[in-house]
Amino acid sequence: MNNSVSSTARLLGAALRALLVLTVVTGLLYPLAVTGVAQAFFNGKANGSEVTSDGEVAGSSLIGQRYDLPKRDSGDDEEVPRPDLRWFQPRPSGGLGTNSVNTQYSLIVSGATNRSADNPELLQWVKDAKKAAVADNRTKDYTPRPSDVPADAVTSSGSGLDPHISPQYAELQVRRVAEKNGLPVEQVQRLAENHTDGRVLGFMGEPRVNVLQLNIALKELARK
Amino acid sequence: MSPLLAAVLQLLALVAALALTYRPLGDHMARVYSSTRHLRVEKWMYKAVGADPGTGMRWPAYLRGVLAFSAAGVLFLYLLQRLQGGLPGSLGFSSIDPDQAFNTAASFVANTNWQSYYGEQAMGHVVQTGGLAVQNFVSAAVGIAVAIALVRGFAHSRNGELGNFWADLVRGVVRILLPMSVIGAVVLVACGAIQNFAGIHEVGQFSGGTQQWNGGAVASQEVIKELGTNGGGYFNANSAHPFENPTPFSNLFEIFLILVIPFALTRTFGRMTGSLRQGHAILATMGTIWIGFTALMMWTEFHHGGPALDLAGGAMEGKETRFGVGGSSIFAVATTLTSTGAVNSFHSSFTGFGGGITMLGMQLGEIAPGGVGSGLYGMLIMAVVAVFIAGLMVGRTPEYLGKKIGTREIKLAACYILITPALVLCFTAASTALPTPADSMTNSGAHGFSEILYAFTSGANNNGSAFAGLNADTQWFNTTIGLAMLLGRFLPMVFVLALAGSLAGQRPVPATAGTLRTEKPLFTGLLVGTIMIIAGLTYFPALALGPLAEGLA
Repeated sequence: MNNSVSSTARLLGAALRALLVLTVVTGLLYPLAVTGVAQAFFNGKANGSEVTSDGEVAGSSLIGQRYDLPKRDSGDDEEVPRPDLRWFQPRPSGGLGTNSVNTQYSLIVSGATNRSADNPELLQWVKDAKKAAVADNRTKDYTPRPSDVPADAVTSSGSGLDPHISPQYAELQVRRVAEKNGLPVEQVQRLAENHTDGRVLGFMGEPRVNVLQLNIALKELARK
Repeated sequence: MSPLLAAVLQLLALVAALALTYRPLGDHMARVYSSTRHLRVEKWMYKAVGADPGTGMRWPAYLRGVLAFSAAGVLFLYLLQRLQGGLPGSLGFSSIDPDQAFNTAASFVANTNWQSYYGEQAMGHVVQTGGLAVQNFVSAAVGIAVAIALVRGFAHSRNGELGNFWADLVRGVVRILLPMSVIGAVVLVACGAIQNFAGIHEVGQFSGGTQQWNGGAVASQEVIKELGTNGGGYFNANSAHPFENPTPFSNLFEIFLILVIPFALTRTFGRMTGSLRQGHAILATMGTIWIGFTALMMWTEFHHGGPALDLAGGAMEGKETRFGVGGSSIFAVATTLTSTGAVNSFHSSFTGFGGGITMLGMQLGEIAPGGVGSGLYGMLIMAVVAVFIAGLMVGRTPEYLGKKIGTREIKLAACYILITPALVLCFTAASTALPTPADSMTNSGAHGFSEILYAFTSGANNNGSAFAGLNADTQWFNTTIGLAMLLGRFLPMVFVLALAGSLAGQRPVPATAGTLRTEKPLFTGLLVGTIMIIAGLTYFPALALGPLAEGLA
């Protein structure tokens, strides 16, 4: 009996030492080496692909953000933000949250809505988003049809931080953005087309428009 | 180009990349586990452990090594989380509660990476990089080690020895996982995945103001999370988060990382048992199921059934624009047919049938191609069952790779097959019968039931993905899913190693005219059929209540 206890203890000791040695290699040396290489050769990317506008950081080209009007009442947490229609609008982000622990910070918690395809709440959100997309993008001489609204415009992404919209959704917004900024439609149309990325190597992923980069370019165009 | 055609081309590119790496990687792994030479760093590690890597272990000793090392892992990871609040380099994040710390420790040691916490708000640099990512490496190496032990059981003759656990563990990390991870991590950083040790910092925004962001060693953890079929994301959104999976190329690359070792291990198996064609038959079985499931998933997702998706005009809920329906479908199948559980899109918002395909993928036992190591040993168990069934048909004692499949062997294989379904179905039944677990559901009706069925399917099969509407951070789910993960990982390993020991003790019998030719397409067909029938019969009633009811509505 004593024999088996002491051999078990010896075995656990060996296991613990193995874990510590492997922790030093895979949990310390490996990440430090990769960080060294990353910081030396891919500094901008390793630190979050930040982009600037007017010489100031305006976010990351990889992380979607909201383009909303200032709140009417800054103390009201319940107030539904209204989109600032001068700018191209991103996809809905119904699954995005804020941190519930370590509340000394105010962090964004990425995530999806996780609503099923037959969830009544999701059905209502899609209906509302579709209605809003039609209403928001109506201009003096153009009224979009509900069938012009693409799927990405009315559904939340997986991360809630999708930096892209489909070229169809950008197209839907061009007339409205032109009108609100007092720009010719063709010019905004060209801008959106220039900011459309095709599939990587022609077949990977989907065509997409980076909303932040498009809005930064739009800001410069509107100023001229 | 239509999205469907682009999706098919992406699948073909993936097949081509896997085919190119199959031989070199499979042969490399065979050399790693057959070599008698030790690298200098390995010798230094054996000295620190106090183990002699040359000692051959019989199955009980090998199993004791696996269990002791894993127990040390659970203990260490639990303590690290419980002490987080006092550790430097933890961003000032507080310690994790006991039930969640147990769940997370069990989850990462069991190669599951189920997460009842939100990465970006709960886990600091020390726990993520020095605890969770370490288990991504070592739990994967343990899985490969057990698979190699089983392969040696088929290859060895009469000595009953399965190799040395410590040598297999260390070599798996040093010679396979680590070098591949370094290359992969640099590729991911080049795509845009972040890799820094910044604290929580303010980043200016377009419309003015700032946002608080969390830095971290993301790329280095992302790569091993896929390569080791672990799946636990640095961020809550997992591989849907642009900092984990920034581009369509990184997406395909990550799917490749998930599949590359499990597929190549069939080559290692063929090499070590002395018949590459036996490895090809296993590979063909895995490949057939994988391609079939991917085709079904693309069909249902492009078809976008379900009222909300129908109205939206596409199944884009929970999916990222850059990946689209195609890139998301390929990822979802790869992650659930292996034990990975990383997600680049949220399975709960897939079509009813799409969600069902992800669940059935796990319920097959994750063997096509399965987790690193666990996929191969799971598939070999199914092969043992298949030759047994064939043996019954012709009335001969079945044999596989020259080893007799007798009473003891088939009992062990049967026990292996029964464990996971028993865990899944019993815990799911208990959760639906009790009054409070249902409070955790986000969706109601069939999909609400699916959330719970998915949770235990994912836990007991060591997958880790979720129908994430379920609020799993309750004492009930933290405890029961934690137990399901541990039992679902280590009980099967007991039976695998016992089987390996029993095979290694046998003298091989020569093949005769009556021997079932297990390297032929006929056997691949028999094996695919056996797998589908066993999983189908076991889970059909439960699936009918969940995803089938939703998909047919």
